[in-house]
Amino acid sequence: MKVAVIVFPGSNCDRDMYHAAGEVAGAEASLVWYTDTHLLDDVDGILIPGGFSYGDYLRSGSMASTSDIMNKIREHAEKGKPVLGICNGFQILTEAGLLPGALMRNKNLSFMCHQEELVVEDNETVFTTLYDKNEVVRFPIAHGEGNYFCDEETLQELKDNNQIVFTYKNNPNGSVEDIAGIRNKAGNVLGMMPHPERAVEALLGSEDGLRLFQSMIANWRSSNAVNA
Amino acid sequence: MRKVQVYITLKQGVLDPQGKAIQTSLHSLDYPEVEDVRVGKYIELQVEDGPGLEGRVTQMCEQLLANPVIEDYRIELEEAR
Repeated sequence: MKVAVIVFPGSNCDRDMYHAAGEVAGAEASLVWYTDTHLLDDVDGILIPGGFSYGDYLRSGSMASTSDIMNKIREHAEKGKPVLGICNGFQILTEAGLLPGALMRNKNLSFMCHQEELVVEDNETVFTTLYDKNEVVRFPIAHGEGNYFCDEETLQELKDNNQIVFTYKNNPNGSVEDIAGIRNKAGNVLGMMPHPERAVEALLGSEDGLRLFQSMIANWRSSNAVNA
Repeated sequence: MRKVQVYITLKQGVLDPQGKAIQTSLHSLDYPEVEDVRVGKYIELQVEDGPGLEGRVTQMCEQLLANPVIEDYRIELEEAR
Protein backbone atom coordinates (compact mmCIF):
# COMPACT_ATOMS: atom_id res chain seq x y z
CA MET A 1 0.00 0.00 0.00
CA LYS A 2 1.37 3.39 -1.04
CA VAL A 3 0.55 6.25 1.30
CA ALA A 4 1.47 9.92 1.02
CA VAL A 5 2.14 12.10 4.05
CA ILE A 6 1.24 15.65 3.00
CA VAL A 7 3.72 18.29 4.16
CA PHE A 8 2.46 21.86 4.42
CA PRO A 9 4.61 24.78 5.53
CA GLY A 10 4.31 24.48 9.30
CA SER A 11 3.49 20.77 9.48
CA ASN A 12 5.54 19.25 12.27
CA CYS A 13 4.26 15.70 12.80
CA ASP A 14 5.00 14.66 9.21
CA ARG A 15 8.13 12.66 10.10
CA ASP A 16 6.35 10.89 12.95
CA MET A 17 3.51 9.97 10.61
CA TYR A 18 5.98 8.77 7.96
CA HIS A 19 7.82 6.69 10.56
CA ALA A 20 4.63 5.17 11.98
CA ALA A 21 2.92 4.32 8.70
CA GLY A 22 6.07 3.38 6.84
CA GLU A 23 8.88 2.07 8.99
CA VAL A 24 6.73 0.65 11.79
CA ALA A 25 3.45 -0.42 10.16
CA GLY A 26 4.99 -1.35 6.81
CA ALA A 27 3.24 0.82 4.23
CA GLU A 28 5.21 2.27 1.34
CA ALA A 29 5.18 5.84 2.62
CA SER A 30 6.39 9.04 1.03
CA LEU A 31 6.54 12.65 2.16
CA VAL A 32 4.80 14.91 -0.37
CA TRP A 33 5.33 18.68 -0.32
CA TYR A 34 1.99 20.42 -0.76
CA THR A 35 2.82 21.88 -4.18
CA ASP A 36 3.76 18.47 -5.64
CA THR A 37 0.14 17.62 -6.38
CA HIS A 38 1.07 15.22 -9.20
CA LEU A 39 2.82 12.90 -6.73
CA LEU A 40 -0.60 11.87 -5.40
CA ASP A 41 -1.67 10.33 -8.70
CA ASP A 42 -0.88 6.74 -7.82
CA VAL A 43 -1.14 6.65 -4.04
CA ASP A 44 -3.63 4.44 -2.20
CA GLY A 45 -4.04 6.55 0.92
CA ILE A 46 -3.50 10.09 2.19
CA LEU A 47 -2.19 11.02 5.63
CA ILE A 48 -2.47 14.65 6.75
CA PRO A 49 -0.19 15.23 9.74
CA GLY A 50 -0.35 17.56 12.71
CA GLY A 51 1.44 20.81 13.20
CA PHE A 52 0.67 24.45 12.57
CA SER A 53 0.18 24.70 8.82
CA TYR A 54 0.59 28.32 7.69
CA GLY A 55 1.19 29.31 11.31
CA ASP A 56 -2.49 28.77 12.09
CA TYR A 57 -3.19 32.08 10.33
CA LEU A 58 -6.87 33.09 10.31
CA ARG A 59 -8.04 29.76 11.79
CA SER A 60 -6.20 26.46 12.30
CA GLY A 61 -6.20 24.58 9.02
CA SER A 62 -8.03 27.26 7.04
CA MET A 63 -5.18 28.27 4.75
CA ALA A 64 -4.15 24.67 4.00
CA SER A 65 -7.77 23.79 3.25
CA THR A 66 -7.78 26.14 0.26
CA SER A 67 -4.52 24.89 -1.28
CA ASP A 68 -4.56 23.12 -4.65
CA ILE A 69 -3.55 19.78 -3.19
CA MET A 70 -6.86 19.66 -1.31
CA ASN A 71 -8.70 19.25 -4.61
CA LYS A 72 -6.67 16.14 -5.29
CA ILE A 73 -7.27 14.88 -1.75
CA ARG A 74 -11.00 15.51 -2.22
CA GLU A 75 -10.92 13.41 -5.41
CA HIS A 76 -9.21 10.57 -3.57
CA ALA A 77 -11.76 10.80 -0.76
CA GLU A 78 -14.63 10.65 -3.22
CA LYS A 79 -13.12 7.54 -4.80
CA GLY A 80 -13.22 5.89 -1.39
CA LYS A 81 -9.49 5.90 -0.70
CA PRO A 82 -8.55 6.22 2.96
CA VAL A 83 -7.80 9.76 4.11
CA LEU A 84 -6.56 10.27 7.66
CA GLY A 85 -6.13 13.68 9.28
CA ILE A 86 -4.53 13.88 12.70
CA CYS A 87 -4.58 17.01 14.88
CA ASN A 88 -3.95 19.88 12.44
CA GLY A 89 -4.87 17.34 9.75
CA PHE A 90 -8.30 16.99 11.37
CA GLN A 91 -8.64 20.79 11.49
CA ILE A 92 -7.76 20.95 7.78
CA LEU A 93 -10.35 18.28 6.91
CA THR A 94 -13.13 20.15 8.73
CA GLU A 95 -12.11 23.46 7.18
CA ALA A 96 -12.14 21.81 3.75
CA GLY A 97 -15.61 20.45 4.37
CA LEU A 98 -14.53 16.81 4.09
CA LEU A 99 -15.69 16.33 7.67
CA PRO A 100 -18.48 18.22 9.46
CA GLY A 101 -18.04 20.58 12.41
CA ALA A 102 -15.15 22.73 13.57
CA LEU A 103 -12.32 22.67 16.11
CA MET A 104 -12.24 25.57 18.54
CA ARG A 105 -9.97 26.79 21.35
CA ASN A 106 -9.75 24.35 24.24
CA LYS A 107 -12.25 25.19 26.92
CA ASN A 108 -9.47 26.01 29.42
CA LEU A 109 -7.56 28.08 26.80
CA SER A 110 -4.41 26.03 27.40
CA PHE A 111 -2.29 24.06 25.00
CA MET A 112 -2.36 20.53 26.40
CA CYS A 113 0.19 17.80 25.81
CA HIS A 114 -0.30 14.52 27.64
CA GLN A 115 -1.65 10.97 27.30
CA GLU A 116 -5.42 10.53 27.13
CA GLU A 117 -7.58 7.47 27.33
CA LEU A 118 -9.93 7.07 24.38
CA VAL A 119 -12.85 4.76 23.74
CA VAL A 120 -13.07 3.08 20.34
CA GLU A 121 -16.73 3.75 19.53
CA ASP A 122 -16.66 2.34 16.03
CA ASN A 123 -14.42 -0.54 14.96
CA GLU A 124 -15.89 -0.86 11.51
CA THR A 125 -13.96 1.86 9.72
CA VAL A 126 -10.96 0.88 7.64
CA PHE A 127 -8.80 2.48 10.34
CA THR A 128 -10.19 0.65 13.35
CA THR A 129 -11.00 -2.95 12.45
CA LEU A 130 -8.10 -4.28 14.54
CA TYR A 131 -9.57 -2.72 17.70
CA ASP A 132 -12.42 -4.07 19.78
CA LYS A 133 -15.57 -1.99 20.04
CA ASN A 134 -15.48 0.02 23.30
CA GLU A 135 -11.82 -0.86 23.81
CA VAL A 136 -9.93 1.79 25.78
CA VAL A 137 -6.68 2.94 24.17
CA ARG A 138 -4.03 5.48 25.16
CA PHE A 139 -2.87 8.12 22.68
CA PRO A 140 -1.10 11.41 23.39
CA ILE A 141 -2.88 14.67 22.69
CA ALA A 142 -1.00 17.88 21.85
CA HIS A 143 -3.28 20.75 20.89
CA GLY A 144 -4.63 24.15 21.82
CA GLU A 145 -7.62 23.97 19.52
CA GLY A 146 -9.17 20.54 19.79
CA ASN A 147 -12.55 21.49 21.16
CA TYR A 148 -14.87 19.82 18.66
CA PHE A 149 -18.04 21.75 17.94
CA CYS A 150 -21.02 21.15 15.69
CA ASP A 151 -24.67 22.14 15.80
CA GLU A 152 -27.38 19.88 17.21
CA GLU A 153 -28.54 18.75 13.80
CA THR A 154 -25.04 17.70 12.71
CA LEU A 155 -24.47 15.94 16.03
CA GLN A 156 -27.63 13.92 15.54
CA GLU A 157 -26.48 13.01 12.05
CA LEU A 158 -23.08 11.90 13.40
CA LYS A 159 -24.84 9.66 15.89
CA ASP A 160 -27.38 8.29 13.42
CA ASN A 161 -24.63 7.32 10.96
CA ASN A 162 -22.20 6.00 13.60
CA GLN A 163 -19.66 8.61 12.55
CA ILE A 164 -18.19 9.11 16.01
CA VAL A 165 -15.10 6.88 16.01
CA PHE A 166 -13.18 7.90 19.15
CA THR A 167 -14.34 9.62 22.35
CA TYR A 168 -12.34 10.83 25.36
CA LYS A 169 -12.87 9.01 28.64
CA ASN A 170 -12.05 12.24 30.49
CA ASN A 171 -12.86 15.06 28.12
CA PRO A 172 -9.82 17.41 28.28
CA ASN A 173 -10.91 20.20 25.92
CA GLY A 174 -14.68 20.69 26.03
CA SER A 175 -15.56 18.79 22.84
CA VAL A 176 -19.27 18.09 22.39
CA GLU A 177 -20.17 14.53 23.40
CA ASP A 178 -16.48 13.93 24.31
CA ILE A 179 -15.69 13.59 20.62
CA ALA A 180 -12.03 12.90 19.82
CA GLY A 181 -12.40 11.60 16.25
CA ILE A 182 -15.06 11.34 13.56
CA ARG A 183 -15.41 9.87 10.11
CA ASN A 184 -17.35 10.83 7.01
CA LYS A 185 -20.52 8.97 6.09
CA ALA A 186 -18.75 6.62 3.68
CA GLY A 187 -16.22 5.76 6.40
CA ASN A 188 -13.02 6.33 4.43
CA VAL A 189 -12.16 9.77 5.86
CA LEU A 190 -11.14 9.90 9.53
CA GLY A 191 -10.15 12.98 11.50
CA MET A 192 -8.94 12.90 15.09
CA MET A 193 -7.15 15.21 17.51
CA PRO A 194 -5.11 12.59 19.46
CA HIS A 195 -1.90 11.26 17.94
CA PRO A 196 -1.84 7.52 17.15
CA GLU A 197 1.39 8.07 15.22
CA ARG A 198 3.09 8.99 18.50
CA ALA A 199 1.93 5.74 20.10
CA VAL A 200 3.35 3.02 17.88
CA GLU A 201 6.23 1.70 20.00
CA ALA A 202 6.35 0.68 23.66
CA LEU A 203 9.34 2.97 24.02
CA LEU A 204 7.00 5.91 23.37
CA GLY A 205 4.74 4.96 26.27
CA SER A 206 2.00 3.29 24.25
CA GLU A 207 1.76 1.17 21.13
CA ASP A 208 -2.01 1.39 20.90
CA GLY A 209 -1.77 3.59 17.80
CA LEU A 210 -0.01 0.98 15.69
CA ARG A 211 -3.19 -0.99 14.98
CA LEU A 212 -4.77 2.06 13.38
CA PHE A 213 -2.14 2.03 10.64
CA GLN A 214 -2.15 -1.77 10.48
CA SER A 215 -5.95 -1.75 10.06
CA MET A 216 -5.67 0.68 7.17
CA ILE A 217 -3.03 -1.46 5.46
CA ALA A 218 -4.80 -4.78 6.13
CA ASN A 219 -8.11 -3.48 4.77
CA TRP A 220 -6.44 -2.10 1.69
CA ARG A 221 -4.73 -5.46 1.11
CA SER A 222 -7.91 -7.47 1.48
CA SER A 223 -9.94 -5.15 -0.75
CA ASN A 224 -7.21 -5.24 -3.35
CA ALA A 225 -6.51 -8.97 -2.89
CA VAL A 226 -2.77 -8.40 -2.58
CA ASN A 227 -0.63 -10.56 -0.36
CA ALA A 228 2.51 -8.49 -0.63
CA MET B 1 -10.86 51.07 -4.76
CA ARG B 2 -13.38 50.49 -2.05
CA LYS B 3 -12.53 49.79 1.53
CA VAL B 4 -14.39 46.74 2.77
CA GLN B 5 -14.60 45.99 6.47
CA VAL B 6 -15.46 42.51 7.66
CA TYR B 7 -16.40 41.84 11.29
CA ILE B 8 -16.30 38.20 12.35
CA THR B 9 -17.79 37.02 15.62
CA LEU B 10 -18.57 33.67 17.17
CA LYS B 11 -22.18 32.64 16.75
CA GLN B 12 -24.53 33.12 19.64
CA GLY B 13 -24.56 29.91 21.63
CA VAL B 14 -20.97 29.05 20.75
CA LEU B 15 -18.85 29.17 23.89
CA ASP B 16 -16.15 31.85 23.82
CA PRO B 17 -13.60 30.91 26.50
CA GLN B 18 -11.37 33.83 25.54
CA GLY B 19 -14.25 36.26 26.07
CA LYS B 20 -14.98 34.65 29.44
CA ALA B 21 -11.33 35.06 30.51
CA ILE B 22 -11.38 38.73 29.50
CA GLN B 23 -14.62 39.26 31.40
CA THR B 24 -13.05 37.74 34.51
CA SER B 25 -10.04 40.06 34.15
CA LEU B 26 -12.27 43.11 33.72
CA HIS B 27 -14.14 42.12 36.86
CA SER B 28 -10.86 41.86 38.75
CA LEU B 29 -9.97 45.37 37.50
CA ASP B 30 -13.18 46.51 39.17
CA TYR B 31 -15.54 46.71 36.21
CA PRO B 32 -18.32 44.57 37.65
CA GLU B 33 -20.82 46.02 35.18
CA VAL B 34 -19.39 43.92 32.32
CA GLU B 35 -21.96 41.21 31.76
CA ASP B 36 -20.56 39.48 28.72
CA VAL B 37 -17.52 39.64 26.42
CA ARG B 38 -17.30 38.18 22.95
CA VAL B 39 -14.04 38.28 21.00
CA GLY B 40 -14.01 38.55 17.22
CA LYS B 41 -11.86 39.44 14.27
CA TYR B 42 -11.72 42.52 12.09
CA ILE B 43 -10.48 42.22 8.51
CA GLU B 44 -9.99 45.17 6.19
CA LEU B 45 -9.85 44.67 2.44
CA GLN B 46 -9.07 47.07 -0.38
CA VAL B 47 -11.08 45.84 -3.33
CA GLU B 48 -11.42 47.11 -6.86
CA ASP B 49 -14.94 48.42 -7.21
CA GLY B 50 -17.30 46.69 -9.61
CA PRO B 51 -20.76 45.20 -9.99
CA GLY B 52 -21.58 42.50 -7.50
CA LEU B 53 -18.92 43.65 -5.06
CA GLU B 54 -20.95 42.86 -1.98
CA GLY B 55 -21.89 39.42 -3.33
CA ARG B 56 -18.27 38.60 -3.99
CA VAL B 57 -17.20 39.69 -0.52
CA THR B 58 -20.00 37.54 0.89
CA GLN B 59 -18.56 34.58 -1.02
CA MET B 60 -15.10 35.36 0.36
CA CYS B 61 -16.55 35.25 3.86
CA GLU B 62 -18.33 31.95 3.24
CA GLN B 63 -15.31 30.31 1.61
CA LEU B 64 -12.45 31.56 3.74
CA LEU B 65 -12.70 34.64 5.93
CA ALA B 66 -15.27 33.17 8.30
CA ASN B 67 -16.11 29.60 9.25
CA PRO B 68 -19.92 29.47 8.96
CA VAL B 69 -20.03 26.48 11.31
CA ILE B 70 -19.01 28.63 14.27
CA GLU B 71 -18.88 32.23 13.11
CA ASP B 72 -21.14 35.03 11.90
CA TYR B 73 -19.86 37.88 9.79
CA ARG B 74 -20.94 41.38 8.96
CA ILE B 75 -19.74 43.33 5.93
CA GLU B 76 -19.47 47.11 5.73
CA LEU B 77 -18.69 48.80 2.43
CA GLU B 78 -17.16 52.25 2.45
CA GLU B 79 -19.19 54.78 0.43
CA ALA B 80 -18.18 54.89 -3.22
CA ARG B 81 -16.01 57.86 -4.01
